[in-house]
Amino acid sequence: MCTMIVEKVKVDGSGKGVSGWFALQQANVSYDHPFDAPLEHALNIDFVNESRGPSARVAVELSERAARELVRTILSVLDKAEAGGHLA
Amino acid sequence: MIYQTDMYEGVLAETITMTGANGDQINAYFARPLGPGPFPAMVLAHHMPGWDEWYREATFRFAHHGYATLSPNLYFRAGHGTPEDVAAKVRADGGLQDDQAVGDLAGAMHYLRALPYVNGKVGVFGTCSGGRHAYLTACRAPGFNAIVDCWGGGVVMGKDQLSANSPVAPIEYTKDLACPVLGLFGEEDGHPTPEQVKQHEAELKKHDKNYEFHMYPEAGHGFFYYHRPMYRQAQAVDGWQKIFAFLEKYLSISA
Repeated sequence: MCTMIVEKVKVDGSGKGVSGWFALQQANVSYDHPFDAPLEHALNIDFVNESRGPSARVAVELSERAARELVRTILSVLDKAEAGGHLA
Repeated sequence: MIYQTDMYEGVLAETITMTGANGDQINAYFARPLGPGPFPAMVLAHHMPGWDEWYREATFRFAHHGYATLSPNLYFRAGHGTPEDVAAKVRADGGLQDDQAVGDLAGAMHYLRALPYVNGKVGVFGTCSGGRHAYLTACRAPGFNAIVDCWGGGVVMGKDQLSANSPVAPIEYTKDLACPVLGLFGEEDGHPTPEQVKQHEAELKKHDKNYEFHMYPEAGHGFFYYHRPMYRQAQAVDGWQKIFAFLEKYLSISA
């Protein structure tokens, strides 16, 4: 059954959903049942814009290992960008 | 009655509108056998992944087996989109309010019982969070004649798991349960764990309730879901047989 483990974070940027690109407002991060990934529970990220309704969603469902590796990779890339003087 | 190839059969299935919690108008999927009846009836409480295709198929399946069956869209108030998108929004908001789910499922029971071709007997079925909501509703809303709880996690809850949406663990309402309960569970499930199922069973026994629990080996959570890796064919076939035998016993005209 559902863990109900979820956190929301405001984000800036764009996401590409089924109707094309849209402005993102928020990311909902949960560890709960995925809809598609062949796992009982997954690290799910829904990038959404609630003002556009439930369909404004870009979803990923990751294994725990993949999620942790993604976090490390994002931070690594940002560190390199910072070291290169690319962050304003 | 076992189907014979010279029998007539027919099912009408469609989306309808019904009155749910707080008098709200919500949509629901309704499937019923064709014919004058009288038919027993079933309310289906969908799972966390939403009012999805599996639940509409399950609604049809119960109708195919002779039950006027109504599956309310418990996520109606979250707005509309694909079932997954709507379920993702509900997931982000921490799930359903228990009171609202109970009100919607009780509303479905009242809708069914008022139909001229229903025999007056109404059961409730749910899987995953739907099993939990089915159990909660059977305990809190008088009028159900049978309940089928399939791996409903969160019936047993620690104080740290209680929330504004779920302020009371369903097991606390066990003393108020007024109908027989069938429970199907998997030994490898983590929500509920076999230990939690034992606690639930002990509470039913303590209050002298009519219950029938089955714990399946080599099965985890959601072993009926043919579209998911957790599907377990033999356990699912046996589970469906147990469900229809249980409902025949408690919802038929002679019951």
